Amino acid sequence: MSRSPIMDTTAQLVFHSALVLSLYLLFAGHNQPGGGFVGGLVAAAAVAVHYVAGGIDDVRSLSRLRPWTILGGGLVLASLAAISPLVGGGSVMESGALEADLPVLGHVKVTSTLLFDTGVYAVVVGLMLMVFEAVGEEAEPERRP
Amino acid sequence: MSWLVLLHAVVGVAILLAASHLGRWAFGVGAVPMVASLGYVAANAGDVADGGATDDRLSWVAGLDLTLDLRFDGFGLLMLLIISGIGVAIMAYGASYFSPSARTGRIAGLLVLFSGSMVGLVLSDSLLAVYVFWELTSITSWLLIGTNDTDPRARAGALHALMVTGAGGLAMLAGFVVLGQAAGTYSLSGIVADPPTGGSVGVALGLVLVGIVTKSAQYPTHAWLPGAMVAPTPVSAYLHSATMVKAGIYLAARLAPAFGPVGAWRPAVIAIGLVTMLAGGLRALRQHDLKLLLAMGTISQLGFMLVLVGAGEPEATAAGCVLLLSHALFKAALFLVVGIVDHEVGTRDRRELCGFGPGWGPVKAITVISAASMAGLPPLVGFVAKESAYEAFVHEGAWGPVVLAGLVAGSALTIAYSVRFATTVVARPADGAAEVLAPGRWFVAPAAVLAALTVAGGLFVAVLVEPVVDAAAVVLDPAVGEVHLSLWHGLSAALALSLLTYAVGALLVAGRSAVARAQLVLRPRFGGEDAFVAVVRGLNIVAAQTTRVVQNGSLPIYMAVILLTAVVIPGGALVTYGEWPGWPRFADTPLQVLLAGTIVATATAASVVKRRFGAVILLGAVGYSMSLVFVVQGAPDLALTQFGVETLSIVVFMLVLRNLPARFEQRRPAIATWLRVLVATAVAVGIFAFAMVISGTRLPRTVAPELIERSLPEAEGRNVVNVVLVDFRGLDTLGEISVLVAAGVGVVALARAGRRPNVEVEEVGE
Repeated sequence: MSRSPIMDTTAQLVFHSALVLSLYLLFAGHNQPGGGFVGGLVAAAAVAVHYVAGGIDDVRSLSRLRPWTILGGGLVLASLAAISPLVGGGSVMESGALEADLPVLGHVKVTSTLLFDTGVYAVVVGLMLMVFEAVGEEAEPERRP
Repeated sequence: MSWLVLLHAVVGVAILLAASHLGRWAFGVGAVPMVASLGYVAANAGDVADGGATDDRLSWVAGLDLTLDLRFDGFGLLMLLIISGIGVAIMAYGASYFSPSARTGRIAGLLVLFSGSMVGLVLSDSLLAVYVFWELTSITSWLLIGTNDTDPRARAGALHALMVTGAGGLAMLAGFVVLGQAAGTYSLSGIVADPPTGGSVGVALGLVLVGIVTKSAQYPTHAWLPGAMVAPTPVSAYLHSATMVKAGIYLAARLAPAFGPVGAWRPAVIAIGLVTMLAGGLRALRQHDLKLLLAMGTISQLGFMLVLVGAGEPEATAAGCVLLLSHALFKAALFLVVGIVDHEVGTRDRRELCGFGPGWGPVKAITVISAASMAGLPPLVGFVAKESAYEAFVHEGAWGPVVLAGLVAGSALTIAYSVRFATTVVARPADGAAEVLAPGRWFVAPAAVLAALTVAGGLFVAVLVEPVVDAAAVVLDPAVGEVHLSLWHGLSAALALSLLTYAVGALLVAGRSAVARAQLVLRPRFGGEDAFVAVVRGLNIVAAQTTRVVQNGSLPIYMAVILLTAVVIPGGALVTYGEWPGWPRFADTPLQVLLAGTIVATATAASVVKRRFGAVILLGAVGYSMSLVFVVQGAPDLALTQFGVETLSIVVFMLVLRNLPARFEQRRPAIATWLRVLVATAVAVGIFAFAMVISGTRLPRTVAPELIERSLPEAEGRNVVNVVLVDFRGLDTLGEISVLVAAGVGVVALARAGRRPNVEVEEVGE
């Protein structure tokens, strides 16, 4: 299997636009269709395009974070987001909202559940990376001398 | 008083962390929380003298109503005296017994943590906290027995103890829950003050009794205690004679006054206790290892205690408190003597010990005093304990004589093994035998203090022991009234029974060779240790057989089981409760017909196509069509998710397919094909019927409108699907992503395990 320049270029194009789309889904999810789970799926699909173009090595070169770090980090983030209200005397999974007027973006409202949703996002992406790590390597010997 | 438990925990962990730097000082530091605990007892003894109690409520998660309820009362005072008093002696002794090393520091730290767990156990007023501390003592005991972790016997002994006491603890937890539900409170004092009634209470008490029996090494679960004797002797002296094994006695004492008359509690407890007392005494007479002799003696004495405190009779309860105290004093001292002998001579087998010369005088004196107290001789505190025990049962009408007969026989055996122990240590050295160096002064001092207390407790029983026992017994059973303890009660039935005990004991000692021969013949061929091994082996066999049947490795069978379960269980409910809603409208839009047609066509094609690759593509088409159906139905979130999942499924399928043959195998017999068709059809029909009935069932009130209404004001979100996922049902989502993480780790682990032939895979198990 040799690298195809068409696939490489397409992968670069698709990858970044898909990542932006996934982030949009993540942030918009609370009010529009979307959310952390769907966002994570789209991001994972973007990674899959890279895999198709360049195999597991390309996927690994995308980030220095290892798959298990992303996977575990996501769970830790979501758990922290879930129990953090306890510190202030609230109950588990209690949510709050923060509103602000930012330059460029305009009026922005962020809820604390976004943190939780980001954790879900990271878990989904991490899981897909784990799958590539687990079964994605098997075709390698054909390419290596 | 919660600081007392915390202090133990902090000091214990600190010692563990600094183990290698502390050396012998580990024991000095470790004694600090125990001394503090004694100080607390001294400062607050006045508050609990007349059945009073001090409560302390430590709230740790106010939002979840989680609190730690502690209660210090007279019985707690007695237990704290034993736990912390003996603890200080053990710490002082440990500094001489162990040579300084990191492992020594670890033992000291664990002893402090254990002591803290015991303190927590006897101070807890909540059944659930009692359970937690109970298991903490089991775990610290496990670590301490297995101190010498390179010795397989130590590991086996530790595991045996943990499995038996841990399993008993679980049964006890179930009993606590039933008891707590029946009473409407988990407060120990509340339950005892107002005992619940009903059929479930009997079951609960039975389960709690399992915990008591296992923890206090009663027959038939006693075998872990002799096995635990592989621990260093200070550990055995502290955990397995003075304190931990008394946890069961403690709980029995708390519950018995309230539940003594309920169901079979009293006959069961008395029968178990008497059997344990007699069998333990007989086995003690068979031992050559002095430590095992003491362990069997401990089992026997624990049986004695269970009879006393478990009967739920006021006088017996008070006698049980005296025995608790006196046993802790004499048995700890005797264990310390065994430790000294073992330490100086290198063996504790009475056939290899050939007497001790000059310099051993103090050790011999300690041995004689403590063994005499164990045998119940005046003027020692052990005599007072036994006298009051006899006194308690003399007044019982129907079952008193039976119990008394058992107690007299058991006490006579106690005399016999006390003599067997004492004569070994007291013996003069044979002529020409090598001189054994005398132990150092500080090594003997802790045991000497305990022996002195045994004497003082007997001579000044009215001043030293009576107030403590009085405070303890009154709180257990208000019917106890004033407790009067003295060495001389006048010519009473109890005194006559004591004399009878001495006579039988003397006969047993005089005819010891005949007794030994009889024991050799009558010795049971199948002991508690064998029973434990048999149970564990049986469990392994059952587990292996179950795995062989349930996990036979055939993927088609797994699939068939899963799919048929998914059809049969909801299908059964459908047939029983469901109503056929009638056929719905054929279609809302022509688009639905088109999509449904595509789904049916591609699904059918996927099931008959010969190549795996083609099947995956066709399955993907089914999935994408489904997401289009969601779009048409107006569920964009669902459609998006379905679309993403479908895409990634195809990618993963492709990855896996590279390692499989391009075509499906075709060589299976025709019958297998037909079976598959049958299962598939059953699933199809089942799911179809289920979907029809469910969509036709309209509950009068669903949660959907309420969730939609609450979405924006409460969770600041307009997308109710997402709000449900991350807010209203956020904990569910948290659970689901935990499953995802576990699945991810599992996938990588499985794939890697199969991929590396050059890495040796360690064989697990046999």
